[in-house]
Amino acid sequence: MIKYLLRRLAFGVVLVVVVSTLTFFLVFSGGERVAANILGDSASSADIAALTHKLGADRPLLVQYGEWITKAAHGDLGSAWTTTGSVTEILWRRVPVTLSIVGTAVLMMTAISAVLGITAAVLGGWADRLIQVVSVIGFAVPNFWLGLLLIIVFALDLRWLPATGYVTFASSPAAWITSLVLPVTALVLSGIASASQQMRGAVIDALAQDYVRTLSARGIGPASILYRHALRNAMPAALTVLSVQFIALLGGAAIIERVFAIPGLGELTVRSAIVGDVPVLMGVVLTMIVVVVIVNIVIDIINAWVNPKVRLS
Amino acid sequence: MNSSIAPAVRERTSLVRSVLANPTGLVASVILLSLALVIIFAPAIAPFDPVKVQVFKVNAPPDAEFLLGGDGSGRDILSRLIYGARNTVLGALIAVSVAGTLGVTTGLFAGYYGRLIDTIASWISNGLMALPAIIVLLAFFQALGSSIYMSMAVFGVMLSPGFFRLTRNLVQGVKHELYIDAARVSGLSDLRIITQHILLVIRAPVVIQVSIVSGIAIVIQAGLEFLGLGDASLPTWGGMLQNAFDNLYTAPLSAFSSGLAISLTVASLVLLANAIRDRMQRGDAPQRLRHLKVPVPSTSAPAPASADILLEIRDLVVGYPGRDGWVNVVNGVSLSLKRGEIFGLVGESGSGKTQTAFAVLGLLSAGGRILSGSIYFDGQDLTRASPSEMRRLRGRHIAYVPQEPMSNLDPSFRIGYQLVEPMMKVLGISRAQARKRALELLGHVGLADPERVFKSYPHQISGGMAQRVLIAGAVACKPDLLIADEPTTALDVTVQAEVLDLLRNLQAEYGMSIIIVTHNFGVVADMCDMVAVMRNGAVVETNAARELFAAPQHEYTKMLLDSVLEDSKPRTYSAPQEELV
Amino acid sequence: MSSNVLLDCQAVNTRFGSLHVLKDVSFDIRPGETVGLVGESGSGKTTIGRAILGIGPVTSGRIVFKGVDIAGQSPRERKGDATRIQAVFQDPYTSLNPSMTVEDCLVEPMVARGIAGLQEARGRVRALLDQVALPADAAQRFPREFSGGQRQRVAIARALALSPKLIVCDEPVSALDLSTQARVLELFIDLQQRTGVAYLFISHDLAVVRHLAHRVAVMRAGGIVEFGDCDQVTARPSHPYTQRLLLAAPVADPVRQAERRAQFKSLVAGV
Repeated sequence: MIKYLLRRLAFGVVLVVVVSTLTFFLVFSGGERVAANILGDSASSADIAALTHKLGADRPLLVQYGEWITKAAHGDLGSAWTTTGSVTEILWRRVPVTLSIVGTAVLMMTAISAVLGITAAVLGGWADRLIQVVSVIGFAVPNFWLGLLLIIVFALDLRWLPATGYVTFASSPAAWITSLVLPVTALVLSGIASASQQMRGAVIDALAQDYVRTLSARGIGPASILYRHALRNAMPAALTVLSVQFIALLGGAAIIERVFAIPGLGELTVRSAIVGDVPVLMGVVLTMIVVVVIVNIVIDIINAWVNPKVRLS
Repeated sequence: MNSSIAPAVRERTSLVRSVLANPTGLVASVILLSLALVIIFAPAIAPFDPVKVQVFKVNAPPDAEFLLGGDGSGRDILSRLIYGARNTVLGALIAVSVAGTLGVTTGLFAGYYGRLIDTIASWISNGLMALPAIIVLLAFFQALGSSIYMSMAVFGVMLSPGFFRLTRNLVQGVKHELYIDAARVSGLSDLRIITQHILLVIRAPVVIQVSIVSGIAIVIQAGLEFLGLGDASLPTWGGMLQNAFDNLYTAPLSAFSSGLAISLTVASLVLLANAIRDRMQRGDAPQRLRHLKVPVPSTSAPAPASADILLEIRDLVVGYPGRDGWVNVVNGVSLSLKRGEIFGLVGESGSGKTQTAFAVLGLLSAGGRILSGSIYFDGQDLTRASPSEMRRLRGRHIAYVPQEPMSNLDPSFRIGYQLVEPMMKVLGISRAQARKRALELLGHVGLADPERVFKSYPHQISGGMAQRVLIAGAVACKPDLLIADEPTTALDVTVQAEVLDLLRNLQAEYGMSIIIVTHNFGVVADMCDMVAVMRNGAVVETNAARELFAAPQHEYTKMLLDSVLEDSKPRTYSAPQEELV
Repeated sequence: MSSNVLLDCQAVNTRFGSLHVLKDVSFDIRPGETVGLVGESGSGKTTIGRAILGIGPVTSGRIVFKGVDIAGQSPRERKGDATRIQAVFQDPYTSLNPSMTVEDCLVEPMVARGIAGLQEARGRVRALLDQVALPADAAQRFPREFSGGQRQRVAIARALALSPKLIVCDEPVSALDLSTQARVLELFIDLQQRTGVAYLFISHDLAVVRHLAHRVAVMRAGGIVEFGDCDQVTARPSHPYTQRLLLAAPVADPVRQAERRAQFKSLVAGV
């Protein structure tokens, strides 16, 4: 099992290095264009050249990369080009916001889709049809449109919840929760749609195994068969779904933060992409990859724990 | 010679026609077809130039001129919607073409050749899947320029793992099929095998994936445009939503039409994919398990008079729901089994022997029902027993030994646990007592190292050992009746002899009755006191084993016994004429 | 090379990594002869069959077919008569592509080997179906419309399409019902008498092999433990493993089986 986890860890490290390198060469290749972008249409070519030089973007890419990776290894991701402050500081302020949204969404998605999936797998009939409908709707309604509709109905029309903004947990737990309700709802629907469908499939597969009949023949009741045996065997498939959906939710948060004006990583990415703040973009991509790798390793550990074939290999 | 063809299930209607026969498939197809027409004839349909600005129509509500109102810049929303379809669908097509081409080709090669290509391609695919696509597209926005189509091409690359994994897994599943081996032996080249055999198999799943991925691409593209990363000069559905978002407080209604257009299109794509999938999975099976009426048994047969009879089945009919009502797999079976007797239920595939056994256990597969008849076990009619009454009987009084040893042990639990759990439940004994008894049983069924087996997971022991474990589990509560369904079919012949010996010894020791379901007359001759020969869901002949083998009465039994190959006269070799030259 | 030997396996070895699955396997097959290959699961009997067909690896040793060493050559690389080695596999449900009609299945090898054009190959389908006693209207049907025994007939017809000298039959009747099995075996014998094809008949069942084979080889753990005349190996085996194999299989007669069981027990106890 140690070997398996080490292999997964190695994959994670390689992934972080490869992705950050590729991203670096792509985003840093247009330094001059960025300078022009920052200065606006009226800037002279001399001004642009001066700014390009000031940003250090006129040096060979390899030199820039060498400098960036050395500093990054020490936790320094450079300074932002279009705002004041170091990239690391900016990221530190933003990460908790995004994680609180995505984390809440993941928990909700897991709970709801597990209940829906298991119910549909066991009962069939109406529960099955409900899940079909939910999955089509969840897939077809883009989260940002859903966000707009939620704002129109619950904030502008009914005035039950705030339309936009984010309150930290520390300043007011109650306001924190109300500020999360609409964004998380908008974000989580598509996740529930696809995860519940897959959970249903995993449970149906597990219940169709031969050993289920043998366990019944030994006098084990249906509840024990479902909760102890079938769910345990459906876990690896469910964990895979979780890991894929986590990545999807992380991406979805970028748009949702924009809709609800939430100062998270996603909103930062959008703003930096439009103005071309390359060091910040680089930092965001790096952060996201590291988060994904950590989450995947946690999932791998859980998987190894529930799956004896992995654990004993 | 058996030259008659089984009644043909001639259902060669094309995929297209059967998808259209499905109501949701039809609706989805009509919507997508209309969308295609709108795209082609956009200039003819759109009432206005989509970029023409009319200042007094800024955020205007719907009127006779602007049917859906004006947007934040005073442009006709309906016209923009119509032209927007073009640009939105074009972007999706780019993403899907890139993803499909890249994913399917690499998937084919990685799946077929495996090894290094597979390892590298899988790493890249896993890497791509670990990235939130939208973040990557945002990060690359400056480098890619403001053309949304370039972004969609990159997005295609990011979506390609979906196609890659699908294709690779399908190919890996197919390439070990015997028909691929047969094609190779016939001298087909790899390329020909891939294009003629493998593409045939992956065709439909790839079409489904194309449909789903098109939906994803439309949503993501709209998302990028919504964030302001599109070409502002082109009308697109995402761009329209952005415009609506900017004017959310003044004209909230303008957010509906373009969002609805996206949702309708994507929903149609998903429903189309579902319709194709349904058709593929269903094949020739009935549309859905219908809720058929179960006829109420008219009169219940009286319980058997003799206390010596443990099990008496009378006129048992078992049915499964079919296209036109119940299909009876067991059709009027009657048999009776004495205490301490070993009873063989023998027949070819489809004879109903296993279904009869499952009916006694109360464990018919989904949909299966006992339609009439009675099953008296120890004086109680099992056809009238409630599920909980059946549960109390199973394990304690009626036990089961399955055919496939490996798949009948739960892979996630240690063998010890799988023995201890039912014993605690059924016998109501403590964990320590159950553990002690489990270890005794494992030794008793001939396992050399009970401690080790107790602690093992199923994948750590052999098939023969697993079958012994299953037998130990079945006899753990000293049942009155053991039902063994082809208990040695999956085993090697030397292991079979040992397992049959074990069953015989356990029977002698516990005095239980055994029903052995088998197709093998050797096993019957080896084990059974009584035999019933089954065909097409009915018993054709029942007799004591010695009599049945010595003097079979029914033609079918005679035919079966004649088919048994035993002590054939060996053939004498003579070289063929042409080879002697 | 004597013209009286069609196929000669000489000390064939196969290793999968550290697993030594074939150990110096040697036997020969004469033209028009059936050699039975008997063994339990994991004995390597399928592996040697696949090696002969060119779809399984050979680490060392020679497989000589009509004087030419074909070991390690894929079917595609084989030339001349070596292309006339064909196969019939165990599971009739997976050995035919579900999306191809019977005609497509039968035409494919002829076209791939270039022995007939498409039209000509189609013309031969009827004769092939006739040879395996399937009606002519079977050509336009799909495999799922046939029973197991009928599918196995289609698979045999496919093997016959290339006028084979040798057919490797890997458990071709073990998935079939008893009565079907007997009829398919009769077909094998009938075809051999008519066409002079040789069979390597791989099976776990000594009784089936005895019915069909002229000579029998017994495999265990990758090696051949006994190879000889059919009657001798299947009725009076000299190797203790073959004896055990023979006595372990129950016979369909309660009286004789009781004796046989006693013999088996004393044999196992004696070992």
